[in-house]
Amino acid sequence: MGLFDRMGTVVKAKMNKLVNRMEDPRETLDYSYEKQLEMLQNVKRGVADVTTSKKRLQLQRSKLQKSIDKLDSQAKDAIKADREDLARMALERKAALNTQVEDLDIQIAQLEKEQEKLVAAEKRLSTKVEMFRTRKETIKARYSSAEAQVKINESVSGIGEEMADVGMAIDRAENKTEEMQARASAIDELLESGTLDDLTSSGDDIDRELAKMHAQTGVDAELAKLKEEVKK
Amino acid sequence: MIIRIAEEGQYEVPGSLLDELNIIDNKIVDLVAREKEEEYTTELSKLIHMIRSNGKKLDDSELKESDIIVPPDDLTLKEAREIFTGDGLIED
Repeated sequence: MGLFDRMGTVVKAKMNKLVNRMEDPRETLDYSYEKQLEMLQNVKRGVADVTTSKKRLQLQRSKLQKSIDKLDSQAKDAIKADREDLARMALERKAALNTQVEDLDIQIAQLEKEQEKLVAAEKRLSTKVEMFRTRKETIKARYSSAEAQVKINESVSGIGEEMADVGMAIDRAENKTEEMQARASAIDELLESGTLDDLTSSGDDIDRELAKMHAQTGVDAELAKLKEEVKK
Repeated sequence: MIIRIAEEGQYEVPGSLLDELNIIDNKIVDLVAREKEEEYTTELSKLIHMIRSNGKKLDDSELKESDIIVPPDDLTLKEAREIFTGDGLIED
């Protein structure tokens, strides 16, 4: 079975949970409309959640930046005081923080994308809901029960699919946000305990050693530069 | 034929495109099974690009059911695998 088919099955399953066909077709319409309004609220809440998370990451980023600036000036002071060992320590910490900032930038960009997606979904759904509302009243007023049934089925399925899609988009955004929140909390904790280096290590031992070596080269170069600057 | 790109919207696409889309769909299934992440990502974007560029976006006010639903463009290999095993896209 292909991805299309599986995807269709997943969406249809979600849809069936949202659509409840009543004996009186008019009730089906009203019920569906209620669900639509609920979904609109959900997507609005989703947008708000993603925005909050993004702000939190941005705040964390500026905190990290402050620490980086501080380490920079500490390194300089250490060189001036002829304490290369201290300067090196400061620069090593700075390198670790820089990696975190880069990571955060990626995550912030991802949340930005999620936010845009959900805002677009909200707009799309709200247009459809409005359309459905108008059509619902027309169907109720104009059609006999048998004719109405056909019209209702079309509209309810059409919007049901949209709702299922929006619902999944909200869930996915939430999952991503949760992951990032967890990571953000971990960074906060490590920042407080001053052991951020632990977090920069991902991959296996060799990866870590390579990364360390790479960072070391950067630190050496920066240290040399700093010494030059101070000499002037 | 109406195709929905999940999290993006619906497109009216000529039915003649179906064969080409099916070829990519089969490739994706194979790549997911073989855990070829990079190639999977390439094929998925190719698929979605093909729908976007050959299709006409349906107006937001349309209330129609789609003939085909394709995953969002950022579906990860892991998520794709979960769809195949039946626990995707997300738990209820």
